[in-house]
Amino acid sequence: MDGTLTRLPGHALASRLRAGELSSREIVGASLELAERHNRALNAWLTIDRERALAEADSADARFAAARAEGPAATAALHPLLGLPVALKDLVSLAGGQCTAGSRILEGYVAPYDAHITERLREAGAIVLGKTNMDEFAMGSSNEWSAFGPVSNPWDLDRVPGGSSGGSATAVAAGHVPFGIGTATGGSIRQPAALTGTVGMKPTYGRVSRYGIVAFASSLDQIGPFARDTRDAAALLHAVAGRDERDSTSAPVPVPDELLTLPAGDDEAAGWLRGKRLGLPREYFVAGMEPEVEARIREAVAALEGAGATVEDVSLPHTDYGLATYYIVAPAEASANLARYDGVRYGLSIREAGRDFIADYLATRGAGFGPEVKRRIMLGTYALSAGYYDAFYVKAQKVRTLIKRDFDDVFGSGIDALVAPTSPTVAFRFGARIADPVAMYLSDACTLPVNMAGLPGLSVPCGLAEGLPVGLQFIGPAWSELALLRFGRAYEAITAGAGWRSLEPAQLHLADDPSARTPMDRRAALA
Amino acid sequence: MASLSRADVEHVAFLARLGLTPQELDQLQGQLNHILEQYAKLSEIDTSAIPPTAQTIELENILREDVATPSLPQDAVLANASRREGEFIVVPPILGGEGS
Repeated sequence: MDGTLTRLPGHALASRLRAGELSSREIVGASLELAERHNRALNAWLTIDRERALAEADSADARFAAARAEGPAATAALHPLLGLPVALKDLVSLAGGQCTAGSRILEGYVAPYDAHITERLREAGAIVLGKTNMDEFAMGSSNEWSAFGPVSNPWDLDRVPGGSSGGSATAVAAGHVPFGIGTATGGSIRQPAALTGTVGMKPTYGRVSRYGIVAFASSLDQIGPFARDTRDAAALLHAVAGRDERDSTSAPVPVPDELLTLPAGDDEAAGWLRGKRLGLPREYFVAGMEPEVEARIREAVAALEGAGATVEDVSLPHTDYGLATYYIVAPAEASANLARYDGVRYGLSIREAGRDFIADYLATRGAGFGPEVKRRIMLGTYALSAGYYDAFYVKAQKVRTLIKRDFDDVFGSGIDALVAPTSPTVAFRFGARIADPVAMYLSDACTLPVNMAGLPGLSVPCGLAEGLPVGLQFIGPAWSELALLRFGRAYEAITAGAGWRSLEPAQLHLADDPSARTPMDRRAALA
Repeated sequence: MASLSRADVEHVAFLARLGLTPQELDQLQGQLNHILEQYAKLSEIDTSAIPPTAQTIELENILREDVATPSLPQDAVLANASRREGEFIVVPPILGGEGS
């Protein structure tokens, strides 16, 4: 099998598919082979559906053949994702497939219907290779809270890929698929994108329908793409975005078709920066930020400035309150959303004859949820309980207003986008933050406020620190995904010749070994 | 700001319908109190004149036509239940059992 196939971006594969130089079966076959071979060492996938993927590849190939027979207009009309493999985070419903959300309480649960985005991906002709590992119910920043074991970062197998969408980020970074779907409540797309050297975008709240997605915190949850470049991320966003009647929070805002035509040429792409105003929020250079991470961000900002953008220091004064606000609002909403897991209609069920039904609930939920989920349910239940609702939940929602106003003020002053670090640190070792929830929560200090304000954010790779990837974040006003992706594409263009761009993840070759140590082994050795 | 006693932690666990071991309760007491200390930071800000934000994009009154659409087949809905009797999901007894 052609090993280089799995390093090519989706848009390059799409051109070769249309030209008939390549078949979807070859691409999907190479993807399956690599994903299966690496899964012992990386544990990125919870399920891989080889037969269905190959059958769908064959029907994609039939559509290519029919279009080629019809003529160039017909091939041009084919969707850019047709015949290409995509990874779904294991909280996205795929009819007939297991959907665990990384939790024992949903082990064996089979989704009875497709999520909206799964339908959209099917319509586009994309091929779901399988479902990816994640922190349980998307609560975590390292993927170490998955009930099905941690995921190794292909840049250093002793380190985490970030989370909660760690499996999708790793599958894209390792070349298993050009496209991955993640979800973000506090930073669960951008942070793992940064830590694995991939592109990840959290769209505006309401941009993508959550119908068929396992809910965590409903005023924050949003779905977004992973890819190895911005053009692919834009095409995947285009495929899944838009109003859906079944999610009343999905917004009736048009999805720009220009997402499908981000400039291929570097000169044109870089030209976007001329005359643009970028804001550099000083509060995002947080205490505890690694000096080499800061250095990469400063270099990236200088490169953007050198290419014609104006960079201004700005302040988002309530940034420092983001963490506390988030860790009230999100657990409160989670405690309500996760009340549905009662072991009656689906999921794990522990019952004893003659016992009070509440004892059955206590036993089922006590056994089915892992430590981080229990902690968040406890926090949320407490924050919503009698006597504390105003002091915690309402207070946090008021501070949320101030956080949102900070962004409104900056964008209202004419700043086109903010540029900032995505994560204050590079990928950390297994176990480094697991015993201290507050240290783990700090991983998301630069992404949480963006989610609290409902805004879109993009993370693109901007080089290495100590040999590990660093992510550069662009943040924009609501519905500015296209502009953010153009900023990201421009940054790719002006750094196209950088040496780090052509590097494969440094320890990916170790994942080829059929007797490689598993992430579980590595975690145990580091404990 | 408030701090949680061991009895508080047990009470919240019961409200959340989480059956926790004594070890889990001990550990959670320490961790929850540590997290609550971080919350104290919010009291630095005067929010008396600030309205709360519950949603960030201002959508209002999203309605649709009240039209019946096909539901999932019964078997698909019942397939995930842990206990089933014919066309029914068997639920734990909530009335008349020994515990009521």
